[in-house]
Amino acid sequence: MNNIIESIGVTQGQVILELSYFIAAIMFVIGLKLLSHPESAKKGNLWAGLGMVLAMTTTLFLHKQDGNGIASVNAIIIVVTIAIAAFFGIIVARKVKMTAMPQLVSIFNATGGAASALVALIEYSNPANPSALITLLGLIIGSIAFSGSIIAYGKLDGKVGDIFSSVMTYVNLFLLIAVIGITVYMLSADLSFGAQQTLVYVLFGIAVFYGIMFVMPIGGADMPVVISLLNSFTGIAAAMAGFIYQNQAMILGGIFVGAAGMILTLLMCKAMNRSLLNVIIGSFGGGASAAQKEAGTIKEISVSDASVLLSYSQKVVIVPGYGLAVAQAQHICHEMDQLLEEKGAEVKYAIHPVAGRMPGHMNVLLAEADVPYGKLIEMDDINADLKNTDVVVVIGANDVVNPAAEDEPGSPIYGMPIIKARDAKNIIVMKRGMGKGYAAIENHLFYDDKTRMLFGNAKDSIQKLVSEIKEL
Amino acid sequence: MENFLVYFYENKEAIFVIALAIFLGIEVISNVPSVLHTPLMSGANAISGVIIIGGIILVGHATLSDTLNLALGILAVFFGTLNVAGGFVVTDRMLDMFKKKKKTK
Repeated sequence: MNNIIESIGVTQGQVILELSYFIAAIMFVIGLKLLSHPESAKKGNLWAGLGMVLAMTTTLFLHKQDGNGIASVNAIIIVVTIAIAAFFGIIVARKVKMTAMPQLVSIFNATGGAASALVALIEYSNPANPSALITLLGLIIGSIAFSGSIIAYGKLDGKVGDIFSSVMTYVNLFLLIAVIGITVYMLSADLSFGAQQTLVYVLFGIAVFYGIMFVMPIGGADMPVVISLLNSFTGIAAAMAGFIYQNQAMILGGIFVGAAGMILTLLMCKAMNRSLLNVIIGSFGGGASAAQKEAGTIKEISVSDASVLLSYSQKVVIVPGYGLAVAQAQHICHEMDQLLEEKGAEVKYAIHPVAGRMPGHMNVLLAEADVPYGKLIEMDDINADLKNTDVVVVIGANDVVNPAAEDEPGSPIYGMPIIKARDAKNIIVMKRGMGKGYAAIENHLFYDDKTRMLFGNAKDSIQKLVSEIKEL
Repeated sequence: MENFLVYFYENKEAIFVIALAIFLGIEVISNVPSVLHTPLMSGANAISGVIIIGGIILVGHATLSDTLNLALGILAVFFGTLNVAGGFVVTDRMLDMFKKKKKTK
């Protein structure tokens, strides 16, 4: 067989390498496919991971450039670097609290973007590089994904506030024009090697700055969409790098993730009834909604009244939101639902697709607290049932239960599907204060005759409820 | 126009892969329950760490005396590995919680 392979002008190693890339690419696709079903998801992750390890290993041992394999010194450097980074990555991934998961995904996305940008930065000056255009695109997209993800992380972690001024729109437009201008200039003008080198670093710098400015004015509540979009960018940047090396596994993996990320982004926008452009420009809040003043009064409920109400209810639906995550109240919340079930109530959780800071955020959070999977009901399935529900308990959620989405055509969230909490016979809303939700609009639900407010930190409030219910 | 056609011909394999991968990505994501959005995003993020292959090739064939490029390349491998290792482990951790649920049921 060896002779037959050599007769077509390649070595056996090259054939095995390409075969391994093929297998790795298939494993990525199967992995992501399996990841999209609850039962097989864990296996899917393993498949994709093994595909990655396979491609990394064969590259290290079999990759040849101009007929030369990877020298042992270089190989040692690579293995040591990978070992250190893998150690750090795994430690961080294991230690971080489940509530900080969105931040962590954002950070890992930033590292991927940085790696793509660096590869493009170095390869730009390589004379063997097949396409300067693709390389520069990879550099730009990777850089934006890198710095944008860092800012997204900062916002989710509360380290970076929402800074918005109309000047930024012009600055961003200027930066975008500068990026495109420099790229076109580099590709078309006859520049010396030195000038090219300088410009590629300038471009890198501007692209990184653009990434920061791009995410800065976008509100914290929109970060899930932004992370998903930047995740898609990282995939595309990796594919661009794959183009440089004519590496099919990188191209397929990168574009595949890019497309999947883009669809996920659009799905998330759709769930909020906004266009992607609207999210990016960030015209949320203010406008029509500001004019809406509330009539009606807020009615508070005491812990003991709330616990009596809950204890004698047949059907209880809990609507969790970001407030539950912030207060780390998922465990005590599960304790409460078990307690109520012991008393004969039927307790379910209503999950809005964009509740929290990431799609599926609430599912992950409640799963951490051991809430059985079957109790988590998706929005469309629970809505019909809410009319027969005795009490809806809204914990730290706001916009996802705001009736303005159905009643006020002028509202920024008009048309967004919501959990119809107001259909229930009673509504208890747990909130820290009368602050508005992330969409910064009034919520009529809080003024409804059936609604009672229970102010305070969600964890403390539920804790008090649990001890009261136990004594009843 | 002619340039474009030449470009297409020279890179036709890659362009085929790109076009099909786009459809594949859309297809795979379209029927996902929202429960899995976060793990899926995290898993996809880990796969985008394939850039590590580029990093390995880069450092693998780097001249050791070219310190700047070598250092940047090592940084790329470091970051790429963080993306891959961290990404897959975090996804696994998220999914663990779903699995635990199944057993207690």
